[in-house]
Amino acid sequence: MIQREMKEVSLTIDGKKIKAKEGEKILWVALENGIYIPNLCAIYEKMQPSASCRLCFVEVEGEDEPVTACTEPVRECMAVNTRGKIALRLARTSAELLLASHPVNCGHCLKNRSCELQKIAKHLGIKLKTKRFRKLERNLPIDESSPLFIYDPNKCVLCGKCVWVCQEKLGIGAIGFTRRGFKRMVSTFQDKPIGETTCGQCVECVKVCPVGSLVFKNDKRVE
Amino acid sequence: MSNEEAEIKEKTRVILEGIGSKRENLIPILQKIQEELGYLPPYAMLEVARFLNIPDIDVYSVATFYNQFRLTPPGKHSIRVCMGTACHVKGGYITLAAWQRRLKIGPGETSPDREFDLDIVACVGCCAMAPVSVVDKKVEGKANPTRVDGILLSYQLQKEQEEKEKN
Repeated sequence: MIQREMKEVSLTIDGKKIKAKEGEKILWVALENGIYIPNLCAIYEKMQPSASCRLCFVEVEGEDEPVTACTEPVRECMAVNTRGKIALRLARTSAELLLASHPVNCGHCLKNRSCELQKIAKHLGIKLKTKRFRKLERNLPIDESSPLFIYDPNKCVLCGKCVWVCQEKLGIGAIGFTRRGFKRMVSTFQDKPIGETTCGQCVECVKVCPVGSLVFKNDKRVE
Repeated sequence: MSNEEAEIKEKTRVILEGIGSKRENLIPILQKIQEELGYLPPYAMLEVARFLNIPDIDVYSVATFYNQFRLTPPGKHSIRVCMGTACHVKGGYITLAAWQRRLKIGPGETSPDREFDLDIVACVGCCAMAPVSVVDKKVEGKANPTRVDGILLSYQLQKEQEEKEKN
């Protein structure tokens, strides 16, 4: 495990008095104390947070603008508000943009009811079928080449958890991000089917996927 | 194909000589390979990954991120279809579709016989002639699908002529 500084600080999150290790990020302190902050890309063991999902915005007393909870360390006497109007507006926009290119056929999805996107939408009070943005799906082919799991890139939210596990944690490096902009996706070298790569079927990527993009094959509910 | 593979690997090795095997050299290496070979062949990318001791996917990731890198060999003739505002309004997409239909390749690809490569460009600066296609650096104005067929026919005739002269 990574050594973090041991000095304790006290702060409040949503009015709740909390003691935490100095230098710890707001997100982890809040989650540990039962206060949910929406997040997708946050990985505790990762030293440098990617802060790319833009969902964990919170307001800190004395700061002009909302901050991302995954990058902001806790300080003595800090007052964090996870329910700030401006912060939630930003988080909502990020979630709605994600949902605008995410197929919301939840009834047929294996991750139904355990999907992080559903949880986030519920928490932020937004509908899964977003009206604010035009629906724009990617229509990419589904990869069923692995004997153990299915990869549907259309459902991917680009959180990077599978890539981190495969590359940084396990040092396999079978999958990674490719392309740019709207075409950005998790893929393999030359976009080969996962079954034909250096992937050793450890399925660690399936375990960390917060949505239905990577799912086990032996599940009874199949589309 | 294996002959080509060996050739590409050998050329890549020559390029890699004298370059430090640090990860930060990845983009300069890829640029150099493209300069020498005209594109980034998969075998070259694999060679680079091994040289820098990074996963293959990391090389592919960078190669697909930047527009400056092409992953297919350049064709004998290059076709650049303008997708600027004026060409868009004048039906640039219809022209592109015509090229795609006739050559049976998408943007950024090369025909299997390596005769043509097709790509999209932003404005080429002659909007009055929209929709524009740039064929082998020659600007073709009002390039509607009929003109596309005409251009391809002229290349075909030219090729047939050359073959006749050879025999």
